[in-house]
Parts: sequence; structure tokens; C-alpha cells
Amino acid sequence: MATTQTKHQDGPENEPDFLSIHDGKPLGQRIVGWLTTLDHKRIGMMYLYGILISLIVGGVFALLVRTELWSTGKTLVEQNTYNKFFTLHGAVMVFLVIIPGLPAALGNIILPVQLGAPDVAFPRLNLASFYLWLIGALMLVIAIPFGGLDTGWTLYTPYSLKTQTPVLVAVLAVFILGFSSIFTGLNMLVTIHKFRPQGMGWFQLPLNAWAIYATAIMQVLATPVLGITVGLLAVERFAHIGIFNPQLGGDPVLFQHFFWFYSHPAVYIMIIPAMGVISEMISVFSRKPIFGYRFIAYSSVSLALLSFLVWGHHMFVSGQSRLANMVFSALTFSVGIPSAIKVFNWVSTLYKGDIRLKTPMIYVLAFLLIFTIGGLTGLFLGILSVDVHLHDTYFVVAHFHYVMMGSTLVAFLAALHYWWPKFTGRMYTESIARMCAIGVFFGFNATFLPQFILGSRGMPRRYWDYDPQYTTLHQISTIGAFVLGISMFVAVINLIMSWWNGKRAPRNPWGGTSLEWQAPSPPTLYNFEKPPVIHEIYNYDDLVEVEEDRWERRAPIAVEPSKLKVEDAHTRETVPVEKVEATAAPSSSAPGDDEPGPTATAVEPSSEDDK
Amino acid sequence: MTSPRKHRSPLRPIVVALFTAALSSAVVVGLFGVPRATAQPAPAAAAAPAAPAGLPWYEELANKPIEESGNFWFPKAVNKATDSSDMMFIAVLALSIFFFSAITFLVIYFVWKYRHRPGHKAEPSPAHHDVMEITWTILPTIIVVFLFYYGWRSYIHIVTPPQKAVEVNVRAKQWSWSFTHSNGYSDSDLHVPVDTPVRLVMTSDDVLHAFYVPVLRTKQDIIPRRYTYVWFQATKPGTYSLHCAEYCGTDHSQMGRKYDDKTKSWGRRAVIVVHEKGGYERYLAETGASNDPPEVLGRKLYDKKGCTSCHSVDGSTRVGPSFKGTFGQPVPLQSGGTVPMDENYIRESLMVPSAKARPGFPATAMPSFSGQLKEKEIEGLIAFIKSLQ
Repeated sequence: MATTQTKHQDGPENEPDFLSIHDGKPLGQRIVGWLTTLDHKRIGMMYLYGILISLIVGGVFALLVRTELWSTGKTLVEQNTYNKFFTLHGAVMVFLVIIPGLPAALGNIILPVQLGAPDVAFPRLNLASFYLWLIGALMLVIAIPFGGLDTGWTLYTPYSLKTQTPVLVAVLAVFILGFSSIFTGLNMLVTIHKFRPQGMGWFQLPLNAWAIYATAIMQVLATPVLGITVGLLAVERFAHIGIFNPQLGGDPVLFQHFFWFYSHPAVYIMIIPAMGVISEMISVFSRKPIFGYRFIAYSSVSLALLSFLVWGHHMFVSGQSRLANMVFSALTFSVGIPSAIKVFNWVSTLYKGDIRLKTPMIYVLAFLLIFTIGGLTGLFLGILSVDVHLHDTYFVVAHFHYVMMGSTLVAFLAALHYWWPKFTGRMYTESIARMCAIGVFFGFNATFLPQFILGSRGMPRRYWDYDPQYTTLHQISTIGAFVLGISMFVAVINLIMSWWNGKRAPRNPWGGTSLEWQAPSPPTLYNFEKPPVIHEIYNYDDLVEVEEDRWERRAPIAVEPSKLKVEDAHTRETVPVEKVEATAAPSSSAPGDDEPGPTATAVEPSSEDDK
Repeated sequence: MTSPRKHRSPLRPIVVALFTAALSSAVVVGLFGVPRATAQPAPAAAAAPAAPAGLPWYEELANKPIEESGNFWFPKAVNKATDSSDMMFIAVLALSIFFFSAITFLVIYFVWKYRHRPGHKAEPSPAHHDVMEITWTILPTIIVVFLFYYGWRSYIHIVTPPQKAVEVNVRAKQWSWSFTHSNGYSDSDLHVPVDTPVRLVMTSDDVLHAFYVPVLRTKQDIIPRRYTYVWFQATKPGTYSLHCAEYCGTDHSQMGRKYDDKTKSWGRRAVIVVHEKGGYERYLAETGASNDPPEVLGRKLYDKKGCTSCHSVDGSTRVGPSFKGTFGQPVPLQSGGTVPMDENYIRESLMVPSAKARPGFPATAMPSFSGQLKEKEIEGLIAFIKSLQ
């Protein structure tokens, strides 16, 4: 296809190794090379740095909020400052961390490699998306010295029309971030449609690709509504035309409808990619095919579509009609069913497996339990009569943190640890990473389990001050938050330290079957030196662990020849069966193979080769 | 360990899981029987001696320490209209603990039993299983249909007031409450009769608020320029906390709190007082016949209309300027220049607060009282401010 040629002209040809740490160029040129890169992995890496910095900013705000809540009344700051803390915590975490976290950062780095493709469909759009994210992020952070936003991340009218804080700057930031999200979504949709190699049908896709696809649908369809909503809010704020302002005849509840029409799908923009990466990892670390592949794939897409129909459950006590409440309650429960089945599928995948408790797997198990709690507590809030009591209390706070933080962020950490050796070429220190994973699990539950009880006992959310009977639970929660914060911080530091002290990662440290594990670690500029070979996805029969954290494909599948059809026989690497028996001995294959050297520059984009 | 009886082995952990789940679910639900000992009169008791002795009896009731301790999960329930919602909560809790324990048990069991160790290999097992998958699709579906139906039924009960109910008008504003009763009296605490349906007709002066009383298990957003409603039937007399549940700005967490001039400290927040039989009628009778001198009336309005949350009477600055010693003094204006603070200035500031706003104070923070104060009440407020020299 023509893209091959174009790619060569556009692509950063003079970069032999996508990380470009040792290409011998002057520093200035290297920086410019990164900032103007069209390579999906570099753009993804820049996203990842930005997201990790935002995660620290949002995390510091979270700890400040929790510290303030250590005691009744003033602990640290006054009311207005506290209100800014929780607003910025919410806005930074939602718009800058978890929405772009899995699809834009890890999705960008990994998805094209999983498809055996040299890049995403629109590299320039991809770079534009990153710069939009950067501009939006800077604007959101710049709003802090100008007084900080105090509306809550939900920007509810008419408070957001009255407050003296810089709402216009913040909504402009959200508007720009929205476009960043749309561009990423478009790119992923087209990439998954057009860049799959021949022989990889929809049901040979890794489930991560299905999840990213479902996410992209929502990003493209729902985010424009957010753009319109904040656009109207901005117009209302400076031109006073009376859309949302009741004093001018507007309807403040209309804003909530608009807002949640985006923000409910946004919850699924956050959680579906998490489900995708969990499906990948739980299969790999159980050495078992994923249970119910088709159902998981379909349920991602059906969740994406259903998520457009349930926004009203955020508004059960907002004054919307009883009929609307009834319909939204019923539809909300329908979302619970695919989620429940996914959990059952994941648990069944463990059955009769060979479970390896590597760091990503510990995060995966933590995810399973946390997501189950998050999902089940959703039942309470879906029930109309119970929601009347629990709405806008800490029960809701705990519930959505279980889903958005406990599930999405834990899945993000899992995925980060899972693919880190792939895109950095370095193994992190496993023991520290495992301890952090356990710390994250216990810290998280210590933080948010007490909040369920706080909520059912009647503690409203967004409260600077509270009644003395809530003190103990608040203090447990605050302690948990620090355990969680410290564990996550150490986990990230441990990853970053691997740049210096990590040992070289092999191609396939976990024994995965998706195509990225055939690429060198880190991948070369166009990801593969030779076209990857498509094997049956999630079939681990002929992968052998030749040494600790080093898997190789050895034996041909002799028993099931029918499954060989999809493979290119001539490129398949065959190793005599006898070798499999001798696994105890160190592998005879040259270790240098895994090191991307200067020889790896003569790469061709691979996906076009199957013609 | 791995027996050849292939058909039984997958079922056994599931049976054990379900049994464990049922057990743990019973334990957690059992916590409903555990009364929660909460001694919490500390701050209120500290404020109590400072309260002037001459307070009317209904104010004394409102100042009483809040006593609402219930069981492990809930404060006590005193609303007849929402009895079923606690039952629903318990039912769903039992269900949730059941499923959570079952899943947790299976995860731990599988991880332990199929952990990687020398000689252990993954065994082939089906990649899907129709009977199981259909079961675990249908079962949750049936459960959620029931949950939805019973939730909907009890919800309809919660939002449908009986024909005859005591009505109280509620105005919420940043950051105070005003509850107006049938006799025209406005109070900053909500006084209601016991065992009688009460319906609140609520609106807001500025931004969104929400009426939330945990012991009543009910909540409703309050929207400016529109009425929303909530009804309840309190079953136990007492003094309970009343919250704003929809974020409304600076003092959201302290809506309706009182400032004590004598001790120079913030006191309690707004409360709901459920009167004994006959108490509410007495309350109405005594508050209706108020014939205070203007200065005293102004003082009461200062408390009741929420002025206290922004304006101090001791010279300290809050969201708005203090009233102390300001009457007759020149007032600097945001637009430059000064005007003397006289009767007309106070009147205009009550009706159109932004007309002559002072620098350093947000012009939009104060709501307009246009149409809400009687002539006599305006005079009372002016007399009160005059008295603060």
C-alpha cells in the first residue's frame, strides 16, 4: 500500500532506536527529535511522562484533602482552600490522568505493536493530540496561581456562573483536552480497522484492542457533547444569555444532563481499557486461554453503547421526573450484567491454570477484588430508594473511587508493569514492585472501605467540616491514603530506577502471545525487524520459559494442525522438539538478539508484507 | 489432590465458596444488631453554658446535643416514609457480601491451588462453557430485575406525600436556611411535629443546595427559581442534624451555623427539631405573636436570615464586612469614592446588594432580600445595625 512509502518520508528516519538514548547526537537535536516525533511510541512516552507528573499533582491534592479531614474543623487550611483542593484533585485526576492514562499513553505505545503495525493510522494527528493535552494540562494547572478553581470537577451551574475563581480558563482547558481525547479515539478506531495484519481477524485481536476500540467509540461520540457543554457554560458566563442561569430564565439542571451525558460514558472511557488490559494479563499469568473471549469482546462494546443511556442516575435527587428516574434506574441495572459476567469470566480463567504471581498479576488480583466491590456497591446506588439516602454522601465517593481509582488506576499500574520491559527494554526490581502492589491494595482498601460506612452513616461529600462522630473513620481513611500514596510513589520510582539499574529485558519476559512480544525490547523504530508471525491468541502451548522471565516459542503445535492455518509457514521459527526437553540449560539463542543495535535500523514496516 | 473424578472437582470449590459467602454475609448483616455507642455531646455541651439563659424553650430544644446513634451501618431511622429503604440496603448488603465472598474465596482458592510450582502445569479446560455462562447471565439479570422493582416501589412511596401534610416553606441560600411556617414565622432551624406528615416546599436564592437529614434517610436538591419537594413523617421526637448535600461554595459544610458573639466562636449548625405531641402547636402559637421592639427584632432577623454567616457584629471580617461601628461612617465604594452609611444605604444594600459594593468583598456573594422583608423588618435591621456602635 501507499502508506509504506509515505511513512518513510514522514517518519523520523534518522532515529535508529525509538528511545534514542545512545544515538550520539547533540542534546538539542535529540530534544527536537522527541518534540517533533511522529513515532507512536515516543508520543506515548511523552504522554506517559505527562500523566505520571499529573498523577503526582493530583495525588498531592488528594493527600492534602485527606490531611484536612484528619479532624473536625480546620486541620490544615480554610474552607475556600479545601474547596480548591478537592476540585483540582478531581479535575486533574479525571481529565489529565485516568481518561488519557490507558488509551492515550499505554494504548499509543502498545496497540500498534500488538497489531503488528509500524505506527498508528494518523501519526500527525497523534502528535497534535499530545500537544492539545499538554496545552489543556498547562491551562488547568495555570488556573491554580490565578486563584484556583473551586466548583468541583463537575462545574455545576449556577455555582460555576457565580464563583470568582477562573472558570473560563478551566473550561477552555477541558474543551482542549476533549479534542485531544477525540483525536486519540479517531486514531485508534482507524488503526484497529485498517492496520490489522492479514490473517488477524476481529476475533484474533487481543482483548486489549477490543477494549481500546470500544473506548474510542465513546471518545469520538461523547466528547463533543462535553465540548458543547463547556462551550455553553463559557458563553453563559461572559455573555449572560440565560441557558443555565435561573436568574435569566435558564435551567441549571439542564447543565447536569449535558454534563453527565458526556461524563457517564467518560466513566466507561476510564474503565473499559482497564478491563481490556486485565483480560490480557490474567490470561498470560494463568497460562490459560481467556475464558469466554467472545463475550468479553462483545461486552466491551455493549458496555460502550449502554453507557450512553444511563447518565440520569447521577441525578436521582436533582428534581428530574419520576419517570426519568425509573427509566434510568432500570437501564443502570442493565449495565451491571455485562460487568458481572466479565468478573465471572476472569475468575474462571484462573481455573486449572499455572498461576504466576508476578507484579502485574498481583495488581490484577487486586483489581478483581476491588472491581467486584466497586460493581456491587453500584447496586446500592442504582436502587432508587436507597440512593435517596446515599446520594452525595461518602458512599458515592467510595463507590466511584473503587471503580475509577481502585480499578482503573490499579489496572493502569498493572499494565505499566506488564509492558514496561517491552517499551523501555529494562526489567524493574520485582521484589520492590510486588511490595508496592500489596501496599497499593491494602492502602486503597483502608482509604475507601471506611468511606462506605461514613456514607451510610450520613456524611455528605465535599465537606470541609464534619460532625465529631465521623472522626475515627476519617482518620483510618487518611492513614490508608498515605499508605496508598507512598506505595504508588515508590512503585513509580522503582520503575524509573530501572533505567539505571534494571537488567536488559528479553523480547518476551512474561510469555505473552500477542504480537508485541515478538518485537525487540524496546521496539525498533518501526517496531519489528521482520514481519511478526501470527499465532493463535491466548494459546500458550508452545511457549517455554527458558530461564527466569524469558520465554521463547519452541515446539510447533503438533496436535492441532487446523490452528496452524493462520500462520505463515515460511516465517515460522521452528526449533526441534528435543530442545524443549532441555529447558533447564540456558538458552542457546544469542542474547544479543534482544538488544536493539544499530543493525536494527534497516527496518521495514511489517503489516504490508502479507500481500 | 487432583482426583480423577473430573465432574465433581469443579463443583466442590464452588459449593464451599457459596457456603463461605453465606456465612460471611450473615456475619456482616448481623452488624445491624450491634448498637453503635456514640457519645458526641462534647462540643455542644461546651457551648451550652455560654448560651444565654433567656432563650425560649424551642431554642433550648434546638441547642440540645444531637443524639442519633443507630447501628453499625446507619444512624437511627425516624422516618416512616423511608422504612423500606433500610430494608433494601440490608438486603443488597447481604447479597453483595455473598457474591463478594464467593468471588474472593474462589480467587484465593484458585491462586493457591493452581499456583506455579515445579512440576505443575496448566491443564486444558474449556475456553467457554455454555451452561455456566448462561447461568451467570440469567441469575444476575433476575436479581437486578427484583432490585429495580422493589427500589422503584419504595421510591414512589418516598416521593408521594399524603394529601394532608403540614407544609413548611424552605429557602436555602449561601450559607443558611430559612424555614417559614404557616404562621409566617421564619426560623433558621427546622421545627416539625412528630407522627405527622410534613411536606417541605423548597427553593434557593442563589445556587444549588440539597436538603438532607440522615436520620430521615431523605434528600432532595434545591434549585433556584423552582420549587422542589420532600416529605417525611418523623416517628421519634428529638434534635437531629440537617445537612446541605449539594456543594454550594465556601461554607457548604457549615450551612446554617451560628456564631456566638460572647464566646467568639462558631457554634452548632442548623438542626431539625422533632417536637413531642403538642410541641409544634405551642411553637407556632408562641412564635406567631412576636411583638419585639425594632432592635430586638433586627437582632433576631440577623440570626434567622443568615446574615451571621457573612457579617460579624464584633468588627471581624468574614465574607462580608462587619456591622460593628459602621453606622454613620463613610463607606468606600468599589467604583471609587465614599458614601455615608445611613438608613438608605442599608436599605439599598438589602434590596440590591451589588449597587454600592465595597472593595475587597465579592459583590455577587450577597443575595437580594427584595420582597422577603417586611417594612417593619427592614426597620428592625436598621435599628439593630445602629445599635452596634
